[in-house]
Amino acid sequence: MESNLITEDKQKNKLEKAFEILKTMASKPSGLIGLTIVLFHVVLAIISPYIAPYDYKAISPNTMLLAPSAEHWFGTDSLGRDVFTRTILGGRTALTVTFFGSLIALLWGGLLGIFCGLVGGKIDDVVMRVVDAFLSIPWILAMLLIVSLLGTSTEVLIPALGFFYGKGIVRVARAATHDVIAKDFIVSARARGHSNMSIIWNEIIPNVRDAILVEGAMRWSWMLLGFSSLSFLGFGVSPPTPDWGLMISNARGLMSFAYWSVIAPIVGLSSLIIGINLTADAFAKALGIDRSTKAPV
Amino acid sequence: MLLLILKRIGLGLITLLIVSLITFVGVEVLPGDACTTYLEREAYGAALDACIKRLGLDVPAYERYLEWASNVIRGDFGYSLSGEMPINEVLGPRVKNSLVLASVSILIGIPLAIVLGIITALWRDKLPDIMISTITIFSMTIPEFISATLLILIVAIWLGWLPGIVIIPSDATFYELLSNIILPVVAISMIMTAHMARMVRSSVIQVMASDYVQMAILKGVPYWKMVFRHVLPNALLPAINVVALTIAWLLGGVVVTEVVFNYPGLGRLVIESISNRDLPVVQALAIILASIYVGINLIADLMTLMLNPRLKSLQIRK
Amino acid sequence: MSEIIESVKNLSIGFNSQKGKQISILRNVSTNIKKGETVGIVGESGSGKSTLALAMMGYIKQGLFPLKGECLFKSEDLLKMSSRQLEKIRGRKIAMIPQNAGQALTPNLKIGYQIDEALRLHTDLNKSERDKKISELLNKVRLPSPETMAFRYPHELSGGQQQRVAVAMALAGKPDLLLLDEPTTGLDVTTQAHVLELLRFIAKDTGTSMIYVSHDLGAIAQVSDRIVVMYAGEIVLEGPARKILKEPIHPYTYGLLKSIPKLSLAGLPASMPGSQPQPGSINEGCSFYDRCNLATDNCKKNSPDLEHIKELDTNVRCFNYKELINQNNNLQTSITKKSNNSEANEVLKLKDVSISYAKQKFFDQLLNKISDQNPTVKDISIDIKKGETIALVGESGSGKSTILKSIAGLLETKDGQIKFENDRILSSDLKMRNPNDLRAIQLIFQNPDESLNPNHTVEQILSQPLKLYFNLLGKELKKNIIDLLKKVRLGEFYMSRYPRQLSGGEKQRVAVARAFAAKPDIILCDEVTSALDVSVQAAVLNLLQQLKEDLGTTYVFVSHDLAVVRAISDRVAVLYQGRLCEIGPSQNVYKFPSHPYTEVLLGAVLEPDPDIKPKLVAEDIVEEKPPEKGCSFQGRCPRKIGDICNSEVPPWQIGENGNAIRCHINIEELASLQQ
Repeated sequence: MESNLITEDKQKNKLEKAFEILKTMASKPSGLIGLTIVLFHVVLAIISPYIAPYDYKAISPNTMLLAPSAEHWFGTDSLGRDVFTRTILGGRTALTVTFFGSLIALLWGGLLGIFCGLVGGKIDDVVMRVVDAFLSIPWILAMLLIVSLLGTSTEVLIPALGFFYGKGIVRVARAATHDVIAKDFIVSARARGHSNMSIIWNEIIPNVRDAILVEGAMRWSWMLLGFSSLSFLGFGVSPPTPDWGLMISNARGLMSFAYWSVIAPIVGLSSLIIGINLTADAFAKALGIDRSTKAPV
Repeated sequence: MLLLILKRIGLGLITLLIVSLITFVGVEVLPGDACTTYLEREAYGAALDACIKRLGLDVPAYERYLEWASNVIRGDFGYSLSGEMPINEVLGPRVKNSLVLASVSILIGIPLAIVLGIITALWRDKLPDIMISTITIFSMTIPEFISATLLILIVAIWLGWLPGIVIIPSDATFYELLSNIILPVVAISMIMTAHMARMVRSSVIQVMASDYVQMAILKGVPYWKMVFRHVLPNALLPAINVVALTIAWLLGGVVVTEVVFNYPGLGRLVIESISNRDLPVVQALAIILASIYVGINLIADLMTLMLNPRLKSLQIRK
Repeated sequence: MSEIIESVKNLSIGFNSQKGKQISILRNVSTNIKKGETVGIVGESGSGKSTLALAMMGYIKQGLFPLKGECLFKSEDLLKMSSRQLEKIRGRKIAMIPQNAGQALTPNLKIGYQIDEALRLHTDLNKSERDKKISELLNKVRLPSPETMAFRYPHELSGGQQQRVAVAMALAGKPDLLLLDEPTTGLDVTTQAHVLELLRFIAKDTGTSMIYVSHDLGAIAQVSDRIVVMYAGEIVLEGPARKILKEPIHPYTYGLLKSIPKLSLAGLPASMPGSQPQPGSINEGCSFYDRCNLATDNCKKNSPDLEHIKELDTNVRCFNYKELINQNNNLQTSITKKSNNSEANEVLKLKDVSISYAKQKFFDQLLNKISDQNPTVKDISIDIKKGETIALVGESGSGKSTILKSIAGLLETKDGQIKFENDRILSSDLKMRNPNDLRAIQLIFQNPDESLNPNHTVEQILSQPLKLYFNLLGKELKKNIIDLLKKVRLGEFYMSRYPRQLSGGEKQRVAVARAFAAKPDIILCDEVTSALDVSVQAAVLNLLQQLKEDLGTTYVFVSHDLAVVRAISDRVAVLYQGRLCEIGPSQNVYKFPSHPYTEVLLGAVLEPDPDIKPKLVAEDIVEEKPPEKGCSFQGRCPRKIGDICNSEVPPWQIGENGNAIRCHINIEELASLQQ
């Protein structure tokens, strides 16, 4: 009801609009918490190499499995490495890989989805069938296969994750495009004789952008989940690079007497995923999109 | 109506066909064939030749695909590389174990999700909703391996109530399984329930805001009667498909959970076969998991078809 | 004086804004409903009329809450009742007939169950008695084959039938008071008249009190004993229906009545400036101050109270109402429009145009054969002169918008030709048309919410045709945009606004400006005023007429509203099921002799005058497909003469007034029949 009120006169440029969205997101406690967590992790990922108190790969038999103390805040692991150091460094690979992975997913998923929504007909049917087929292979099987054959370098992980998590975006982008092209303003532009490119660029993209961005934000958190699952299974980043999934996997066997080495990375990873999720939720709400009805595919 | 059902089934089969092509082509395109990947550094000379012979890699790819596909249709997946035994024998007990795990999780998860979803929707923004919704967000976002690890740490190690790791042979009986799967079931159904509860919630909220619910209230229909007759049938119908997609997606989570609990199911087989680079087994797994996915979605489609009055009347007219 | 059934006392309802301010959408409303009377509550969208009606059932929409006041039903306050108590009253004492029955009937439950539910809740009848009652009720609301109707699902019924089911459901509990919330809005003209007739019959038959909420004074005039006029959440005028409609003494009501196009009047209705203020935007003074031509300084500072005038039995909220009483007001006037030059050249010709939505079958496509023998639109031939306004009129399914789309090139014609300027054939494929032809024909749509890109500012919206057709840039572009805005009476500051920041009328003005930006020869108007409030509609109609007189544009105007068409058009073409029935100069089409379908349509028009009753001459059956042979109107025609109507396409006959009628009955005979 209120959104209809004619209150603002001033022209808003893009930056102001983005700021407005941020403000709306932060106006609810859950959004504020989410934004804070994400910001904290991003900042930490940038500065952690400079503030880490120990060398993350320094193995020392003298300090094996020490409980938390003033020297080692989160204790040490089975190889005597400082858990605090490894924890604050442990999100860097995950964040980078999934961030760029999400971008790739957004790009190809969004474009293919818009394309399918536009052309419709037989081409659309065929593409969607193939996308469906890809969806029906569990992501973990496909990822594991690729990684085991091509290796676990970031050059492999980023495009592979981007590909597998873009499938869902295709569906969302396609549905959003379908909704938009039925609208009269598209009919109007077509009747005026605008070119297809101009219609896509001016009329369609601005109206499907929000839905795709929200989907992308959501994918990010799921991709993070997938990525750390891979690490956990031993198919992600390779040791001794600090990574939460890997740390949890390594420390799991010893957790009956050295629980600290598993708790710290769990807190790190969980908080980041929850943070991204809350942010994506708040983002969706700020843009007026309901994301809770969508399946995580 | 019958035509519609046949069409859905046909589409599902086409999907499976494409999956088989994708996995087959995928394995072909990726560097190295089944033998070189499996034998790794020993991939030369007689060992390689023997392997190639055994797998029939010396015939053209399309012929191999056709032969493999026709065998698969007859239910024969061929031989595994590592154990050199029929894949069917490897798969059989694993499939059973995973099915037990998954179906128990689903049987607990779906009713729980529906109840939670309805409660949160009807008490929207009130205390029950805020509490349940917060919990669902947490259990939805935290990866299975973390919740599973925490469950083991808290329930098995600190409290000592249940065994933390499943130590049963892969051919264990159903009853042996049941006592061991409590923790894995909790870990799997937590995330699944959370996802579905959220969907049910928003679907119910949408229906509660509809004109016909307002009309029912204005007609004097008592609250709970309205909920059960006017709201739920219309709210749960569209949720069926989404729920199916969620379940199918969570198959990946089952893999991870099985590894954490050392559960002898398909999930661990996935890891084992990939670690061993046993490509024939991986292919078989892909087909099986995809069939489960397609099957679940097909069931959901059919359920929607049966329950939707719009489609029902189509049947009467035609 | 008869007994008061429900009385509303000082009711205010509002919501909390995001900034924590309390904003009221209903302010200090008081009114009484007496036994056996029908009260019409009229107001434009956002006037609070539906909120008031729902509050009278003790129902407050989510997000809203009562600020003060009470709704007394038989001296008990509905707003203070528990939901248990309300369940005993709703459906049994007060029943509701909703606006859009299609959405108000639960989709998964059969019609019979939904009526049975009301019977079970509110009567003591046993199963077999209830079954009998159900078919009795379905019969009463004049639904065909009541026995099978009970076993059908809501979506299997037409809009009019769904509305009838809703009426039957409301009657099940034998209520003392019936609340009707826009019960005929969204229905076709003839269906609307039939439903309204049914409601009037029920009021008389059962003696139930009714509250009839509508934006449509035409419908209100047909049923009401008393009328309450709402504006911006307040009652501004209340009194006996006849007095309110004939001698309105509130400037808003006066303006509203003047802004309604009437069948009996040629020429454009007078418009009111501005639009209704948004809730929360009025701080002091009269809420109608901005739009009132009687306003004084007093009105700006103080808001008038509702004043009772004994001799007129009327309540009015205005300081200056006496001026309206003294002023010899005449509602029967309109703005005459310049008629166009009838000698002008023809600019657009439709010749035997047929359009089909059916896909061509593969083999027929190969053989280049026409497979659809019964296309949606068939044999349309119309010549359109330069500078004239030709209207295409018909109910939903008449193919009027379809024809418009294919003129615009959006739908391929299956047969026939569309010729533009000097008999040049326009390709039916948009992509094959040259840019100048595309520029020359522009479209305006029904709903500006859909036709304006929500992510573009007004400046971006208007710059699109200017850039596309004239390659304008920079200062030149801006100057043109400002000129265009001026043409549609919008200020320069609108440039930076987004559509969501505009009112409905302003949005439609922007859409009009966008069409004119192309300097078109022809503008295709698709129900351009249907989504607008009446007072805004008059303003848009006047604007369109003004622009046409200034620029010599030709309009093809599609509408279902015969009164609007009467007001704006020079020539009218009446369509039924995609076939032309009648075409001619508008003053003649509105006179007899007419095609029987035109006669039916004209009879169903609701005028805001209690003395003009609709004449229902044909059933309101919904036909899904045009008949394969014979006259298109054979299924519903009240003057059908026999087999010839079913087998042969009727010939064109030209009457002495110059209107062409396609009917088997001789035109003189038609004239004498219709006297």
